[in-house]
Amino acid sequence: MFCIWCDTEIMIEVNWNNLFYPDHPKPLCDQCETKLDFLSGNQCTLCGRNWDFGNRCRDCARWEKDPEWQGVLTFNRSVFSYSKAIQEMVAKWKYRGDYVLVESFRQGFQAAFTKQFSFLEVAVIVPIPLSLERLSERGFNQAEALADFLNATTIQALTRIHGEKQSKKTRRERLVSTNPFEVVTHIKTPVILIDDIYTTGITIRHAAKKLRDAGCPEVYSFTLIRG
Amino acid sequence: MNRNHWKMKLRGRSHVEEWLPAPTDPQQLDSPLEEIKAFATNFSGKLLVRHEIPIDDKMLANLVSTQFFTCIPSITQNPHQCRRCGNQLQRLFANIPCSKCGRTHVYCRKCIEMGRIMHCEPLYVWTGPTVNWKKYDQPCKWSGELTAHQQQAADQISQLIEKGSGELLVWAVCGAGKTEMLFPGLTRALQQGKRICIATPRSDVVRELLPRFQRAFPTVSIEALYGGSEHKEGKSQLILSTTHQLLRFARAFDVMVIDEIDAFPFHHDPSLAYATSRAARTDASNIYLTATPRSNQKRRISSQKLPTVFVPVRFHGEPLPEPTMKQSWDLRSSLKRHLLPSAFIQWFSKRSRPDRQLLIFVPTIELASQLVPSIQELCSQYSTKKMVDFVHAGDTNRKKKVDAFRAKKVFVLITTTILERGVTFPSVDVAILDAGHHVFDEAALVQIAGRAGRSPDDPTGEVVFFHNGKTDAMVHAIQSIKKMNKRGKEFN
Repeated sequence: MFCIWCDTEIMIEVNWNNLFYPDHPKPLCDQCETKLDFLSGNQCTLCGRNWDFGNRCRDCARWEKDPEWQGVLTFNRSVFSYSKAIQEMVAKWKYRGDYVLVESFRQGFQAAFTKQFSFLEVAVIVPIPLSLERLSERGFNQAEALADFLNATTIQALTRIHGEKQSKKTRRERLVSTNPFEVVTHIKTPVILIDDIYTTGITIRHAAKKLRDAGCPEVYSFTLIRG
Repeated sequence: MNRNHWKMKLRGRSHVEEWLPAPTDPQQLDSPLEEIKAFATNFSGKLLVRHEIPIDDKMLANLVSTQFFTCIPSITQNPHQCRRCGNQLQRLFANIPCSKCGRTHVYCRKCIEMGRIMHCEPLYVWTGPTVNWKKYDQPCKWSGELTAHQQQAADQISQLIEKGSGELLVWAVCGAGKTEMLFPGLTRALQQGKRICIATPRSDVVRELLPRFQRAFPTVSIEALYGGSEHKEGKSQLILSTTHQLLRFARAFDVMVIDEIDAFPFHHDPSLAYATSRAARTDASNIYLTATPRSNQKRRISSQKLPTVFVPVRFHGEPLPEPTMKQSWDLRSSLKRHLLPSAFIQWFSKRSRPDRQLLIFVPTIELASQLVPSIQELCSQYSTKKMVDFVHAGDTNRKKKVDAFRAKKVFVLITTTILERGVTFPSVDVAILDAGHHVFDEAALVQIAGRAGRSPDDPTGEVVFFHNGKTDAMVHAIQSIKKMNKRGKEFN
């Protein structure tokens, strides 16, 4: 096996545990694996970022003060914190289009999902869509690729109107931008939105708002990275 | 290695000629001639994916149906081979559920940094009319003079360019003035209206060469291609390029000069050799420049299969500084504690020219940063100047730091092997800490030794290998430097 990030060979040490039942082959070598930082410690109860000064972080407090956005999103949870290493990996995965790199997040993503969302008995997964233009440019939707890892009902309930990339806008520009989503399927059960990254939270909230307006009782979100 | 791999090795690479379409005689197209000409300059000699062709879909379909463009599959099946980068390593292919064609198919991971090659998208090859490149009368404005050694090599290069199809290895010592030796030959090529490429493995070198060529050939259209360069079209007659960027070319150049054919990325990555040989036309003159040929090239030289010309003396006529070896038993243990070995401290305190800047090579990135404090301390003891800095391949400020060292703002620069070649500092001493480490092979050691004594004002310089047990690489490197100096003396 070779590491899918640095392409060095992974040597598996044989011991009594894996002699008869071999472990699952790992996509990353040990060195690359340690570069991914799992979110742990004190977290903001709403957006899931590391936060040591109380329940909610400053951003979330601002969101909840605004009557337009209050309670739209029940909470967000993420798997990894933002770091240089994961930024590089995601850039190659998403923008260069190296699809197979998604495998390096599989295990962490599945484990965190079970830990955070197993309390929900009925929930539907909705991946954040890409606009048709962006989809044909990239060839795949990164949120769908992540949603495929989860063993739950997935519905493409939203569509997206083409606009400029979020990552090219400033925070202020993002916050005043118009809602690019449209609901195509009305869902009456709780929804878990899936995306690759939660940065300001505007994309997730735009999607959540449309779903709530269409009759969805509760919207959660689960992202790979809390930016 | 699996069995398949060996089978492929035995069978060899699939020859480019087998699948690369020949220029056709296209049917009439009701576009103006000027437009077709512009397309030809832009696209001929290249292998392109759709988004690299800035033409609308209708026009492109028209050009394909009239055979101005020919489509070829981008990735072969069983076994997979990427037609752009030549990759045949099956683990560097992966599947993608493609939303464009709705099917799951393979893509190439090897050359993905240059834009993804998908199985469902073809590569486009220009098979329309060929370009008549401009014939210049007197393109070269370089007024310098070549030394007798340089002239000898320059003559052979010119001969080969005149004749076309063939190879020539120029084995020239570090600092021989290889670029200038090319000028007469390139002038000849431009007079004949030939297309030229000078390829080098490192983008630093491309950036350094561009202004020198622009000064020498001010009227010629020159483009520099490297990752992140402002020009990417590659439609000029004279192209300076990193070997990576050549992955977009096929059968484009009449004259192909490959600088540093032995350099690290070229030496290890088969796709770069594939790309450079494909970028040259079948009747091209191939010129290889090197100071340290690898064993396979040496073998071809000694069996007289590769015509070779030697340039054993630097342009200023002085011999190469011969390295000395200094053994230090506490080397590894000191370095482990981020301290300097005693032999180094002793040498540093008694340097013959303590005002010379010092370039220190270390085997690893970590060591480069860790040694900064102890060297700073040493400098403050023995010298008035004490600016110490370090640099490595991943360093974002790499260019700035190298420039600062060249401008003498930094007194000591600690570096990994990235500065082993291509860079010139006028007057430095060179030390290698742990020269026995495996990253310092013979070629690297010869190149590193070649950093000293580059300037005619200060043509000597000390080169010291600090080691705790000499290696074959060190012995061979010193032997080969001595041999070159001897050859130079005989010539005189």
